[in-house]
Order: sequence, then structure tokens, then C-alpha cells
Amino acid sequence: MTLDSIPKKADARVVAIDTLGNGRLRLMEMGIVPGAVVRVVNSAPFGDPLHIFVKNYHLALRREDARSVYVTLCDKRGALSQPPE
Amino acid sequence: MSITFVESRQESTAPATLRRPLVVAVAGNPNAGKTTLFNALTGLKQKVANYPGVTVESKTGRWSLAPELAPAQLIDLPGLYSLNATSVDEEIARDILVGSASTPLKPDAIIVAVDATNLARNLYLAIQLIETKRPVVLALTMFDVAERGHIKIDAVKLSSALGVPVIPFVAKERRGAHELAQAVLTIVAEQDCGAVNIETPLDARSRESRLIQRYALIERVVSEVVEVGDTPNRTISERIDRIVIHRVFGPLLLLLVMALVFQTIFSWANLPMNLIDRVFGMLSAAVRTHLPPGILTDLVTDGAIAGVGSVLVFVPQIFLLFLFISLLEDSGYMARAAFLMDRLMRCFGLPGKSFMPLLSGFACAVPGIMATRTIENPKDRLATILITPFMSCSARLPIYSLMIATLFSGRKVFGFISTGVLVILVMYLLGIVVALLVAAILNRTLLKAPKSTFVMELPPYRVPILRNVAQAITVSVGSFVKRAGTVILAVSILLWALAAFPRTSGESAVNTPATLSTEVDPHERSAQIRNSYAGRMGRLIEPAIAPLGFDWRIGIGLITSFAARETIVSTLGIVYNVDSESNGQSASLINALLHARRDDGSPIWTPLVGLSFMVFFLLACQCMSTIAVVRRETNSFRWPLFMFFYMLAIAYAGSLITYHGGRLLGFS
Repeated sequence: MTLDSIPKKADARVVAIDTLGNGRLRLMEMGIVPGAVVRVVNSAPFGDPLHIFVKNYHLALRREDARSVYVTLCDKRGALSQPPE
Repeated sequence: MSITFVESRQESTAPATLRRPLVVAVAGNPNAGKTTLFNALTGLKQKVANYPGVTVESKTGRWSLAPELAPAQLIDLPGLYSLNATSVDEEIARDILVGSASTPLKPDAIIVAVDATNLARNLYLAIQLIETKRPVVLALTMFDVAERGHIKIDAVKLSSALGVPVIPFVAKERRGAHELAQAVLTIVAEQDCGAVNIETPLDARSRESRLIQRYALIERVVSEVVEVGDTPNRTISERIDRIVIHRVFGPLLLLLVMALVFQTIFSWANLPMNLIDRVFGMLSAAVRTHLPPGILTDLVTDGAIAGVGSVLVFVPQIFLLFLFISLLEDSGYMARAAFLMDRLMRCFGLPGKSFMPLLSGFACAVPGIMATRTIENPKDRLATILITPFMSCSARLPIYSLMIATLFSGRKVFGFISTGVLVILVMYLLGIVVALLVAAILNRTLLKAPKSTFVMELPPYRVPILRNVAQAITVSVGSFVKRAGTVILAVSILLWALAAFPRTSGESAVNTPATLSTEVDPHERSAQIRNSYAGRMGRLIEPAIAPLGFDWRIGIGLITSFAARETIVSTLGIVYNVDSESNGQSASLINALLHARRDDGSPIWTPLVGLSFMVFFLLACQCMSTIAVVRRETNSFRWPLFMFFYMLAIAYAGSLITYHGGRLLGFS
């Protein structure tokens, strides 16, 4: 599943980023790297952008960019609660 | 908690080679406390200039490292998250940091400001810089905030894990300033100054594995050196965010904040602006009474003093707007506002952050355009700059009120809505609609950009530091007065000359007693402007503006109001040979307009001509201050020229459609 489709407040682990070039680098440099645990805190009034929490800080990310981030749900401590897709 | 300051107070570390003053750059993430650190180290010994060739401001200051040494030159770089630059600001910072050949600034050492409360985020840039093998010192900023938040950081451990000096820093008490100086001197002495290790360009794959290694290192280091208790600072921020970016309360609060900003720059700035206006009016009158009447006196009063006045009159608005912007920016609210507005603004291809410049544009485009500096993406910023002047600014109000008082007063629509109010409302809406349409078009054509990824940090909330705010305001006001001011002054004098030459009746004024010389005969003034170059140009352009319903007298007004649209009211007063007041409510001017006739005896000023006139003044870029500030902000002549002509084209088309469309519908 992708980051834009996970339920709010659920922790998920980044598996892969399906975009290339500078956008990919930008996402990764802001901490959205494979293995990182992310959580969607909320979304802005029109459902976009998303407010996400990663590595103890907060980011705003548009849905279309979140769509390229593949994640699997996991529990609070980061253990996988379902096998990777 | 136990702070472990680096105990390396070797007092005589200054090497013999340090004959010239050192150059030290301060780098760090946005919001990492860079500016506060910079201010604490340099005190008031600062200077703001532009980086060569770009509009990005560079702040340098003198930092005395040790009493026996010449003070170092400290450079405050724009904030950046990594050395992979995405904006002009970041590019400049990166070039200086890696010692690229394109910049003359080559720092001997780099201080990286690392926010102690947000180590995981901030260490990325620090590690990237350490990898370049440049002499790097880490300053753990906001160390006191971290302490209060029960975040314990072992600076010594961090230093040995990263292999660079790490100094805890508290700006308020200048705690760590001495240690920072010592660390810089030591590291410069150890480093062979010539050696610069520029990162060899890597392919995407190895760059990525580097990136993942860095994050692995950060994770390990943070778990080793940071001991987190419960973190009230974080949770306070998170609690504030529950309201501030709430789906319902968030937009409501934003509306309230915008209303406050708008109210302030729209009406509260009026008081000081009127004061400035009056002071310059008095100054001009005083000069007239003390100098003999003549061309020189006219140049001084109508050209120079009026020109300087028209520059300074913007200062209150710029001051107030930047007060708000830096408060919103420094507190962390601006990022939230951009978050809330992003979806809406994106319908028109604009980023969330462009709402602030556009809103301020309703008061005045000049501070609005300056406020676009907070937009990172250069194309987004340019699009916002190009549409901000469509917002119906306060200088259009005298024109609306003159037209309404002359042509629409006492009329009602549906029996109860005042036509005047409706007309003003339509003008405001038309401005917004045209601006957004133009933005959408620019976004698909001229400023078309590949889809960029939008990742924005929502930094923890902080109480803004007064000194940083004051500094931001000073810089903005200063750069406006210095850079835009000179252009405005020059154009003022040029336009004065267009209306003052050739002289029709320069000699007759000599006989006027000095005390009465401010009261130039209106008839004489009228003759002067009709025969001047401006008057001739008015007649020259008459064929072009006749389709809009305008005659040559309005043409004169269009030329003289190029500099500042609101001067059309006083120009019309002069052309129609009446005393007028600048607020557009002068009874004699209204009367003169109503009785003005074309050659065939039909009235010139009909409601339809009035509407066409208002549409033209809404959409045309008749404001040299705007043009001057665009010239300065884009650092080119191309964009201000483009803006002037495309707005003129739209204004002409808008006016033409209004006039002819109205006639087709049977209005007159």
C-alpha cells in the first residue's frame, strides 16, 4: 500500500519509493527512506496535503507525492504487523 | 542536567599563519537557530549586502575570536536541508559551503547550527558537510530549550562519534561562544587551508546508498548520545497543531490572522502614511516660500521632494507587513498557513505560500512582492510576483471613489444595493479573477515546470525573538528605500519634466509675490500641462485610446499617472482647470467631469466610460514602485518590462471589452 492510503494515526514502515530523479532524492533527504517509520497525523482541509510524522519531526507532503511512497503497516515499535507486499 | 562543555581551552591556539582575518560560514537547516547564533556571535557589527549577481541577501558580521587576532568575517548563509540545492538560496549556500569556483567567498571554517531539540532532522546536513572534509564545527543551538524539554545530549560523545568539535550553545547567555571560537581556531590550525575536498559527482545509486548510510549513522548516533525524558516541547507543539491545523478551526484561525494583517496594512498604516505625505507637502511648501519661484524650485519641490516622499510613503506598510511576516515565520505559523492553503492555491498552479503576498497586494503590491521571498521555488515565486499587482490596492481607491461620486452616486440596484458599493466589489473580484487566470496560464506556458515534489517541514512552534524580527524588518525597509527608491526618484523627476516642459508661462510666475507662489493660477497650470510633452503625448495616443471611450485629456492622465496611478485624480484636476483634492471627492472636479463635452457636444464621462476607466486602472501596471521592486526582486529588467506590457495589454483588452460590450448591451 502507499502512504496516501494508510489509516490516520497508524504507524507504517517505508518499503520503497516509486519515483525517480530529484523528487526521490528530496523525499529521501527529508527522512522518508526505506526502513523509516512514518505516521499520517492528519490532512489539510481539502484532504491534501498530508501531515506526517517521521523520525520525531513533522512534515507536510502532498497526496500525489505520498502515492509514490510504498509502506507496510507496523506496530508502534516498528515491527511489521503484516508481511511486506 | 550535566552539560559537558568541550574542555579544550588552550588559549594560545592561534597559529602564526593567521595573519589575515578568517572567513567563517554559518550553515544549518531553516529554523535551526542560525540567525540567533549569528547575532549572538557578531553583536551589532553586521552588514547586509547582496550576493554577487543575485537578489539573495548575504549577512556578514565581525566576530572577534580572540583578543589578539583580527576579527573573523562571519557569513550567515540561507537555511538548507542538504547540499542538494533546490532553490536559488540553497544553491548559493551550497556553493559557498563546498568552496565551488563560482563564488568568491571561500570560508576557512564552517559552523553548522544544529537544533538540539531536533537532532535527527538537523544532523543530516551536518554529516553531509563533514563528509566533504571541510573544517566543520557543530554548534548545538537551543541547548537550553532541549534541557528544559528533558533532552539530554552528550556533546563529547557526539563529537567523538562524528569526529568534529561539538559545542553546546545558548544564545541568550552567549554560553558556548568562547568554546566555539576556540574550536574554530583549532580546526583551522589543523587544516591545510588550501585543501578543499569537493564531493565527486556520484551516480544516483551510490548517492542513494550514501544517503541511507547517513540516516543509519544518524539513528545510531542519536540513540547513543541523546537521552529523551518526556518531551514537553514537542507535545506542546503537537497540542497547538491540533487546533492550528484542525480541519475546521485551522482555516477559521487563518482567516482571523489574514483579517488582522489586512486590517493593519490597509487602515492602520494610513495614519503614518498620511503623516509622511503631509510632512513632505509642508517641506515642499516651505521650499517654495524660501526659494525664488522658477524652474529650479519646481524641480526641487515637484520632482525631488515629491519623489522622495513617494518612496518613503511606502515605509509604514512595508514595516508592518514584515513585522507580521517575520512573526509568523519565526513562530512556525507560516508553514502551517501554507499547509492549509496549499490545495486551494494549487488549483491555479500556485503554492500555499503565495496567499500572503496576494493578500498584502490588496493594500499595496510593493510589500506583497517583497513578501514572495518566502516562496522557495523560483517559478512559483515569479508567478506570484507577476500577478500580485492585479490585487486592487489602496491606490486605486481614490480613482474608484472619484468615478462613483461622479457617475454612480445615489443610484441603486434592485432598489436597495448602492451601485457604488457594487462597482467596487466587482472591481476587487475582477482583479482576483484575472490574477488567478493569469497564474493558471503562466503555469501552463511561460513558467511551465516539471512537477516538483513538495516536502515542507512543520517546525516546532517557538516564541519569536524580538531582535531577529527587528532585524528582518530593518533589512526589508532598507533594501526597499535604497534599491527601489533610486528608480522611483529618477522616474518621478523624469515625469515631472514631461509635464513641466516646454514652458508655456514660466516668466509670469516671477511677478507673483513669494508668499503666494504656492498658489499658482489654476488656469496657467492647465495651459502648462496641455502644452507640455505629456500633453502632446496625450493627444498622440488619443487614436489608440479612443476605442476605450477615452479622449486626449484622459490620455494626459494615463501618461502622468504611469508613475503612480492615484495621481490621475490631481492630473484630471489640472487638465480640467479646477482645484482638486487627492481623495477624489472634490465637488468642483466632479462638476467639471460631468460638464466635459466631446467635440460633437456629447458628454465625455458617461457611466460606461467610467467603468472602462476603472477597469483600465485596475488592470494596468501604473506604478513605478511596483516595477522598481520587481526589477530588484527578480534582478532583471526583463520581468518588470514583461509585467508592464502584459498588464497593459490585459488592461486595454479589459477596457475595450467593457466599453464595447456595454454599448452592445445598450448602455452608454
